[in-house]
Amino acid sequence: MASVALTNLDPASRAAARGWSDLTIRNMFIIPTLAFLIVFNIFPLIYSLGYSFTNFAANRSEPWQFVGLQNYRELLSDDHIWSNFVITAKYVIVSVAGQMIVGFGLALLLNRSFPMKGLITTLLLLPMMMSAAVVGLFWQLLYSPSWGPINYVFGLGDFAWLSNPDSALYAVAITDIWMWSPFVMLLSLAGLSAVPQHLYEAAAIDRASWWYTFTRITLPLVSPILLIALIFRTMEAFKTFDIAYTMTTQPTAELIAIRLYKQAFQQWDTGKSCALAYIVLIMVLAITNLYVKYLNKVKER
Amino acid sequence: MAAVRTSSEVALNRVAIAAVLIATLIFLAPIYWIASTAFKPKDLAVSVPPTVLFQPEVTPFIRLFTKRVQMQKTVDPQVYDAAPWWEKRIYDGGERVLKVGKDVQLSQYPDRFMNSLIVAVISTVLAVGMGTFTAYGFSRFKIAGEADLLFFILSTRMLPPVVVAIPMFLMYRSVGLNDSHIGLIILYVAFNLSFSVWLMKGFMDEIPKEYEEAALVDGYTRMQAFFKIVLPEAATGIAATAVFCFITAWNEYAFALIMTNRRAQTAPPFIPSQIGSGLPDWTTIAAGTFLFLLPVAIFTFLLRNHLLRGVTFGAIRK
Repeated sequence: MASVALTNLDPASRAAARGWSDLTIRNMFIIPTLAFLIVFNIFPLIYSLGYSFTNFAANRSEPWQFVGLQNYRELLSDDHIWSNFVITAKYVIVSVAGQMIVGFGLALLLNRSFPMKGLITTLLLLPMMMSAAVVGLFWQLLYSPSWGPINYVFGLGDFAWLSNPDSALYAVAITDIWMWSPFVMLLSLAGLSAVPQHLYEAAAIDRASWWYTFTRITLPLVSPILLIALIFRTMEAFKTFDIAYTMTTQPTAELIAIRLYKQAFQQWDTGKSCALAYIVLIMVLAITNLYVKYLNKVKER
Repeated sequence: MAAVRTSSEVALNRVAIAAVLIATLIFLAPIYWIASTAFKPKDLAVSVPPTVLFQPEVTPFIRLFTKRVQMQKTVDPQVYDAAPWWEKRIYDGGERVLKVGKDVQLSQYPDRFMNSLIVAVISTVLAVGMGTFTAYGFSRFKIAGEADLLFFILSTRMLPPVVVAIPMFLMYRSVGLNDSHIGLIILYVAFNLSFSVWLMKGFMDEIPKEYEEAALVDGYTRMQAFFKIVLPEAATGIAATAVFCFITAWNEYAFALIMTNRRAQTAPPFIPSQIGSGLPDWTTIAAGTFLFLLPVAIFTFLLRNHLLRGVTFGAIRK
């Protein structure tokens, strides 16, 4: 074989025969990306960690002072911040639960052959391909109390979805469910199509009920992928900024990311907002770890 | 062999298909509302009850692209007759188009749309390019701590944008990259690179190593084998990854809101900022939204098969 002939050469002339050595190519292909990500992701984080211990304000030119853990202490004892976290938790639970139910329900309905299945699946994907900020803006019109089609269709009179403090957060969650159920649907559909058909055939021969088949065959076999969708959407919902920010200014819908934005770029409380960013970051890392832990479990199966 | 079906199963199937159709209509209704409002006369956008059927017109798009001012008195009939058709639509609405000499003054929308296009296209090319090389590196060579490195790459995507935005804003301000195309492009590359590497690695792993080995035996260098054998094989994967990166960069809001305000502002922060106070002109906003959503809708439709594969593929691998 010719490859044997090549390996008989000494390494240096082999490299020469192939142009750059594999090691050089590997480094050339990988190092720029790693360097880029370190410079634009890790370095800013170190930079802001430093600022989180100061009273720095980006809109003033006065010198800043080192204040130690004061920012963190103040934030953790601030009821306002805690209420932002409670709002975020409520939002994550409502919108992710809604997406899981709607998305998986749609996938169950779609998991059969019928005419134009591909087209319908594609059309259902459209919401998640759109810009959340622009979608949020436009849902303002749909939710409008005086001429919005939603209130008209459901006969809600002049119910003000987005300016009512009790409903604003849920109105945002409904829009988020509309946007991201297709993602859950898509993953579930992939999971459902991977269930071996012979299991269903065996269940049919045994005259098993639909419910029995669903809980004993379908659900256990798609649960790993449902879990992935769940954790993925939870992480994303926790970070939500654009959709809620463009839809409403209600304090009851002030998610933690919005709070962070206001503190950093409207109140220009830079040092303290860096500290808040770190608190959020630690929470994201906790969720991520959960994600990796479960992912490894899923992989083991 | 098709399983024998009882009549109740057939009936159940029909109910399910009907439910799918109804769900699809519900999901598409908001999109229909955006698209239809973009073609409505001004008063029908806010009519009670909401108007579903109407005579479509393009006036909202004319208003979207031009700078206008309310007219104090009715237009001179001679001027009206001499005006082109689109200007007549503006006159009919009680406004006139602002001009410098004979040149029509454009609104800010085309400018913001172009910014979106520049930033999304360039950042996509860079993210997919770098991602393809890196994915090949990870796919074909032994790398110490490969799993950890790949996880590090993925972890950069998990940060909330607002968290990274604060230090980036300060760094950009000190080097003068604020409100510049380059600044935004760098951020979007950083944001999309992790996704691009992971997705491309999936595609690269599927291309048999034997293809390159055969090329190497034929006297190709590694680089020649990569460009002439691997890249063409990976073309569909590259296209799918590119569309995902483009859609993300095209739709991004938080970084664009924080890092730009005039020169380099993209459409996502611009369109909501046009709502202002008082009664917004929803038809013009809808026209801007509709044009902005159009490329993504077309991409989604043209590349539906790759997208389906890409979404599930990426998620399952992660």
